[in-house]
Amino acid sequence: MNKNKEQLLNKRYKAEKRFRLYGQSAIFMALLFLTIFIFKIFSTGYSAFQKTWLIVPVTFDAELMMLEQNPSKEDLKDADYYDIALKSMADLDPNANEDQENELKRMVSYFFEREIKRELLNDPSLIGKTKDVYLTASDDLDQVFKGNYPRDLPEDQRRVTDYQLKIFDQLVEQGRVESKFNLSFFTYPDSREAELAGIASSFMGSIFSILVCLMIAFPVAVLAAIYLEEFAPKNRFTDFIEVNINNLAAVPSIVFGLLGLGILLAVFQLPRSTPLVGGITLSLMTLPTIIIACRASLKAVPPSIREAALAMGASKMQTTMHHTVPLSMPGTLSGTIIGLAQALGETAPLILIGMVAFVNTIPGSPLDPAASLPVQIYIWAESAERGFVEKVSACIMVLLGFLIIMNLFAQIIRHKFEKKWS
Amino acid sequence: MNLILFTFIVLLGFTSYYFGRRKAYTIQSTNKRLTALPQFYGYYLAIWCAIPAFIIFSLWAIFEPTIVKLLILSDYSNQGYLDDELNLIYEKTKALSRGQFTGEITPFIEASAEKYLSLRSIAQSSKAVIVLSIIIASVAYAYKKISSNSRTREPVEKFLKVVLFTASLAAILTTVGIVFSLIFQTIDFFKVIPLFDFVFGTHWYPAKAFVRDSSEALDPTMYSDTFGAVPIFAGTFFIAFIAMCVAIPIGLMSGIYLAEYASVKVRQYAKPLIEILAGIPTVVYGFFAALTVGPFLKEIGNSMGLDVSAESALAAGGVMGIMIIPFISSLSDDVITSVPQSLRDGSYAMGATKSETIKKVIFPAALPGIVGSILLGVSRAIGETMIVVMASGLAANLTLNPLESTSTITAQIVVILIGDQAFGDPKTQAAFALGMSLFLVTLCLNIVALRVVKKYREKYE
Repeated sequence: MNKNKEQLLNKRYKAEKRFRLYGQSAIFMALLFLTIFIFKIFSTGYSAFQKTWLIVPVTFDAELMMLEQNPSKEDLKDADYYDIALKSMADLDPNANEDQENELKRMVSYFFEREIKRELLNDPSLIGKTKDVYLTASDDLDQVFKGNYPRDLPEDQRRVTDYQLKIFDQLVEQGRVESKFNLSFFTYPDSREAELAGIASSFMGSIFSILVCLMIAFPVAVLAAIYLEEFAPKNRFTDFIEVNINNLAAVPSIVFGLLGLGILLAVFQLPRSTPLVGGITLSLMTLPTIIIACRASLKAVPPSIREAALAMGASKMQTTMHHTVPLSMPGTLSGTIIGLAQALGETAPLILIGMVAFVNTIPGSPLDPAASLPVQIYIWAESAERGFVEKVSACIMVLLGFLIIMNLFAQIIRHKFEKKWS
Repeated sequence: MNLILFTFIVLLGFTSYYFGRRKAYTIQSTNKRLTALPQFYGYYLAIWCAIPAFIIFSLWAIFEPTIVKLLILSDYSNQGYLDDELNLIYEKTKALSRGQFTGEITPFIEASAEKYLSLRSIAQSSKAVIVLSIIIASVAYAYKKISSNSRTREPVEKFLKVVLFTASLAAILTTVGIVFSLIFQTIDFFKVIPLFDFVFGTHWYPAKAFVRDSSEALDPTMYSDTFGAVPIFAGTFFIAFIAMCVAIPIGLMSGIYLAEYASVKVRQYAKPLIEILAGIPTVVYGFFAALTVGPFLKEIGNSMGLDVSAESALAAGGVMGIMIIPFISSLSDDVITSVPQSLRDGSYAMGATKSETIKKVIFPAALPGIVGSILLGVSRAIGETMIVVMASGLAANLTLNPLESTSTITAQIVVILIGDQAFGDPKTQAAFALGMSLFLVTLCLNIVALRVVKKYREKYE
């Protein structure tokens, strides 16, 4: 009998331990996913912040460039750079036949003549001389140099030919290949060529959309929250508004995209693909988040503050505007920032309103077509070229960096400025 | 032009505020009692400047295009054009006047474009004149009112209250906007495709519904076996089911552990770390699923001799599950911590172990809240777009094999609407019909979930 009891107790203790273990392993799993996730993104993305350059001697032959004596600045701009660019690449291997010359040309980026042109415009005295010029390597060679590209594949399965690899290895030996910080990733717009693609256009698109979103969502949401929390009578209509807000907060984001497409674009005829429409769509999504945050922080202001103001003879409106609302601002602002961070990461609604169009200019206003950072991630992730994989990860790193900064900022505002009442 | 006018009106508003306040001071200096603080006199005047400007601006925005269109098209009214042709002429005119017209320019359209431009400039200048004169009149009226020292605080506060109320309507307007944007296209869709075929059809090939001209568009035989949404609905619920298989055990157990077992320190670090998972944009999850998880599963499957698609439902659903973990863990954590301590104490006093208390006392007490959190998670899984678009297939297979690719409502909407859309094309309308069904399903789930959670909260408060 006693033994039986002990067995039962042991069994119960074992079950207790097991249950605890389940909990621990659940937490462990969740954190493991997070770690794998971040590790994966960083390990594929960090190399995108480096860019491979080939240092090629270029002879600025006036005759080949169709330049006359003492050319003006305008002449230099209009000159023909293609021939000298081609020649300088072909000169890397004096014995190259025509096919091989073509392959040599494809070792550098598509716009390599522009890089040569820039060099000459910076220093016009180079005419007739030879200078080592930094040319952007093609994205395939870039990947080879970074070790992301398997060299042992059979030749017909890779985009780099044996001949190109041979010349490239010669250049590496001569110290003519250099890896530098990839500034163009931040300053160039999107491009079909992976080595020239940057996030400048989508970054500006994101900034404009978020600004539009902030300018619409913040005032409307704060005003709505003030009304609902401070003035609204308790009746069915206010209940209806409340149910609406709570529902909107849980409506899938793609439905807001359909709203943007069906109303903003089709009915109001706003321009497609622009951060203006994107911002308005996002603001409708962010609205409930900010309203809920603002109401919570208005609710947290103790009634004694209101009573004191009313007792001093302030009207209800004065009490609210001069005391309650300013005291609730830290909570509202941190809620707003969190809402904006959500909007910044939103992709699906922006795709529907056409912000996936290929944009290779940097937008200067919310009315110019643009992509946004998450949409850029989507666009690049869908392209087949290997060079884009690291770009996607790098773009994700930039986006996550922004989200972390925004969330930290929200935390700081909350902890630094929010008054603790009890 | 509009911008200059707008700046001018804003400046006018500020000046009238200033004059209003100064008027109050002069009244005060004659030893009369003010009815409100001096700035209310200023606000009063400024509001009288802003309201008429706002009204006229909005009326103009509504009526100007229609009137201009009528005037332009009145030139063509006797020539027997159809409505569609007239609309086309008007669009051409507008494009030409903006310098964006690329087709053949006829002298008729050139003349209308010139007329259009002159009408627009007349409209602009008359708008400026009307707005300014009405503002001046209304400000003068208000100035006269405050000179006689009538009440100003009450009207100003009333106005503010109206503004606050209007802002709170934004939520309703958004819902109405969603319903409107979906409903018309959906109705048009069901005019061509019978509701029965949509709900019970088992073939979904929207690409087949390629319409060459408008006479074909209305021929229903074109669309037999193209818009059967069963595979889409099945795929949506299937992927959501896989996601919940990952999210419920992990999320629920982490929630329970954080609420009942974890020390303050573990809780302090683990909770925000898990919540990071909720803050990661879904497109990032999609990339992760497509680049890492999909190929990984394929390799494992191949090594076991299974035929795994690189874009499997399992990859999309699994990653989606990871994304939903924090929703379930945080919500169930909240729910469990709000179960009154007395229930636990009672159970411990009877000699129950911690896990027995959790399983037999706390869990049943917290069940409604937990169910609510799971329903919210399901609604999120159904509405999730980017993970499915990037990691699961776009072809709508009717399958229950998690290793094959399936498609969801959201993914189909994106596939159909990416790029240029022609409104009036059944394919585009199909996307809106899918959106409508998505909206309705998630709406029901949300309402039920929110109600359950709310009821539960009231029970223990």
